[in-house]
Amino acid sequence: MMAPELRRLAIGTDTVEHEARLLELWETRPGIGGFFSTVDHKEIGIRYVVTAFVFLALGGLEALVIRLQLAGPNLSILTPDEYNQFFSTHGMTMIFLYAAPILSGFSNYLWPLLLGSRDMAFPRLNALSYWIYLASGLFLYAGFLTGNGPNDGWFNYVPYASRDYNPGLNQDFYALGMVFLGISTTVGAANFIVSFFRTRAPGMSINRVPIMVWGTLTASVANLLVVPAVSLAFFMLWMDRQFGTHFFDPAGGGQPLLWQHLFWLFGHPWVYAIVLPAMGMVSDGLPVFCRRPLVGYSLVALATVATMILGFGVWVHHMFATGLPGLGLAFFSGASILITLPSAVAVFAWLATIWLGRPVITTAFLFFSSMILLFVIGGVSGFMTASVPVDWQLTDTYFVVAHIHYVLIGINVFPVAGAVYFWFPKMTGRLLDERLGRWNFWIMFLGFNLAFLPMHLTGLLGMPRRVYTYADYGGWGTLNLITSIGSFVFAVGVLLLFVNVVKSLRSGAVAGKNPWDAPTLEWAVPSPPPVYNFAVIPTVSSRHPLWEDRLGAEGGRSILDRGLLLASGKETIGTTGLDAEPLMVLEMAEDSFAPFALTLGLSLFFVGLLLRSWTLTGVGAASAAFALLAWLWPQRALDERERGRA
Amino acid sequence: MPELAAATQPKSLPVGPVGRRGVGWWGVSTLILSELALFGYLFFAYFYTGATAPPGWLIDPAPSLKLALPNTVLLLASSVIVWLGERSIRRGGRAGAQAAFAIAFLIGGAFVAIQWLEWSSKPFRLGTSSYASLYFVTGGLHIAHVIAGLLVLAALFWWTCLDYFSVRRHLVVAAGALYWHFVSLVSVLVLFTFYVTPYLGFGR
Repeated sequence: MMAPELRRLAIGTDTVEHEARLLELWETRPGIGGFFSTVDHKEIGIRYVVTAFVFLALGGLEALVIRLQLAGPNLSILTPDEYNQFFSTHGMTMIFLYAAPILSGFSNYLWPLLLGSRDMAFPRLNALSYWIYLASGLFLYAGFLTGNGPNDGWFNYVPYASRDYNPGLNQDFYALGMVFLGISTTVGAANFIVSFFRTRAPGMSINRVPIMVWGTLTASVANLLVVPAVSLAFFMLWMDRQFGTHFFDPAGGGQPLLWQHLFWLFGHPWVYAIVLPAMGMVSDGLPVFCRRPLVGYSLVALATVATMILGFGVWVHHMFATGLPGLGLAFFSGASILITLPSAVAVFAWLATIWLGRPVITTAFLFFSSMILLFVIGGVSGFMTASVPVDWQLTDTYFVVAHIHYVLIGINVFPVAGAVYFWFPKMTGRLLDERLGRWNFWIMFLGFNLAFLPMHLTGLLGMPRRVYTYADYGGWGTLNLITSIGSFVFAVGVLLLFVNVVKSLRSGAVAGKNPWDAPTLEWAVPSPPPVYNFAVIPTVSSRHPLWEDRLGAEGGRSILDRGLLLASGKETIGTTGLDAEPLMVLEMAEDSFAPFALTLGLSLFFVGLLLRSWTLTGVGAASAAFALLAWLWPQRALDERERGRA
Repeated sequence: MPELAAATQPKSLPVGPVGRRGVGWWGVSTLILSELALFGYLFFAYFYTGATAPPGWLIDPAPSLKLALPNTVLLLASSVIVWLGERSIRRGGRAGAQAAFAIAFLIGGAFVAIQWLEWSSKPFRLGTSSYASLYFVTGGLHIAHVIAGLLVLAALFWWTCLDYFSVRRHLVVAAGALYWHFVSLVSVLVLFTFYVTPYLGFGR
């Protein structure tokens, strides 16, 4: 084999000319063309975050309408059919269009900055992931807005979802939209995995990466492996509905429980995928405000991975009441109880960090630390239902609804709100208002607990979930009224977060590079960071490159002001998977319209399938194929083909 | 100022993908892993539905291997040919690779045609029963991947004609070939699931 062409790499310090050169290489051109073609991970990350918050607001408004309907017994603000669409769309929105994408947004923005890199491994794939997320979100909402929203819960059990019981377009919108969205999640996951193993700064061995990176990595591995299960389930459902197959139809020898298996094979790992990165935010953010490193870094990192591995083997605990054999129930019950162990490791690590630190009470600290409490409450109610007999008593009651909200709001929304306070200064250069922040936190915290703590009791009193109204029986009315009031208080709290963001964008205090005196690489660059992130590639020698002065450095000092210049093209460094030793120079893709064009083609394809217009489907597939061909055409600039040839 | 450690700040490095070494190879591998999981779930659906169905679930308890077995062998052979084509590029050749991608493309096309014949010869259709649905949808998704693979082979053939690749720069070829091997591997798994397990007693 011919020896690879080696280039001597210039090492130097950051100068004005060097920065100008990098800016010229990396900057997206202004205007509409740049908007649709940019592959800058920071731009994409912010788009993800903003879009996910828009969906959070929509899902929240739906929740408020539901809570009005349930505020008292026998109300009729919504018809039963409208109620079904509202609560199903609420679940779909929060779980698929908010909870995962918001974390993808933060990770997309932060990863290269945390890892000391100039972009993700596949910048164009990153853009594709966002565009498909947006297109599939619009597709799903087009159903809801035309009265064809999902109407069978977000878990969408058959036979309610089958054509005989659900003849409208509702399920077809949901099924195809979910297959479409799955493409976004999958390519995003692939991008995170490869970025983890190839784009860490020299010296950042895997025992030096922030926990949030571990969280996103494990979530991505899970998504890569389990998203096909739900895409397949929804595809089969669509085939059953449109082409008379019998996957779920017992009359044709089908197996209705197959839906539940495929859905929860995906669904349970997904629950971890939408909390592990958020737990990582707490593991990285909380110690900054405790003024000390996280206690038990290695244990927390291992616990993250262990949670995900065990998370593959607990899906049947969603199916305890379906009549599966006892031995199977015992196994999955045991696994579900076991999975609390790694979670407990993280909880004790956070508590020890606060205990051993000198906490500075900021809004971000309040959000991060309150998450520990909410996590414990949600964890314990989950632990209870891991026991089969308890689950039989509680399944399909509001107890489970209370549990899922403690888990998803407690371990996703609260850390994310904390992350907004923590990283907003990095993204915009301005601090959020701390005074408004206190109001924001306390109103959210009190509203949330007012709404969902009594809901456990509603469930213990036997109120079934998923019903559009109820008789005034056994105190359900009072409890539901309290929950409805709490949910409105909580909504006011979330609104204050948005108000604070809008207000501080204009008039917030200027943040500077490192307003929190935090230890990781993203705080070593200006706020907001330049488009190329790092003028010189940093060399990392510890977990806390910016705290080495006070912590003492054992393995030498990290070097941030001198390093590889990499300015002869749009380049960053590729390193080895474990030790992060330099391996190669990565050529990064220029801005490109291909991801957007591919998304348009796929959108036409899915609309064609929905309308059963095979012409439209064909046109969409052909456009997508052409966009893909243009994308993959070997480029000289990326060294995908020989430079010297015709 | 501390000195830069030699291990982490090397003087010279390869630029861009060399051979298979490049992020693109890993990107394609990850996506293939996800696709393999998709087929894994299809096989799970087959075995789960079959195992929980009453006896006599298989419409054809002794499926004929007359077309299916040679067809799978044919696809495996095309995989070997693609591998030879890739090797030719790795060694600096071009004509051999062109021929290999063209022949593999034709074999892949033949595979699709023979599969079509096989499907037409079945006494059941998509909507006959859950077994029939699983049979046609699993096979159909595999054929969809074969057709995607044929487009990949066509592109590789054309790019080879344009003399894009060299001993050093051929990551695109390696990634495309990997995809074709994945398509062949799945055909073996499909054959085993739908044609061999009935003889081992599954679903009868």
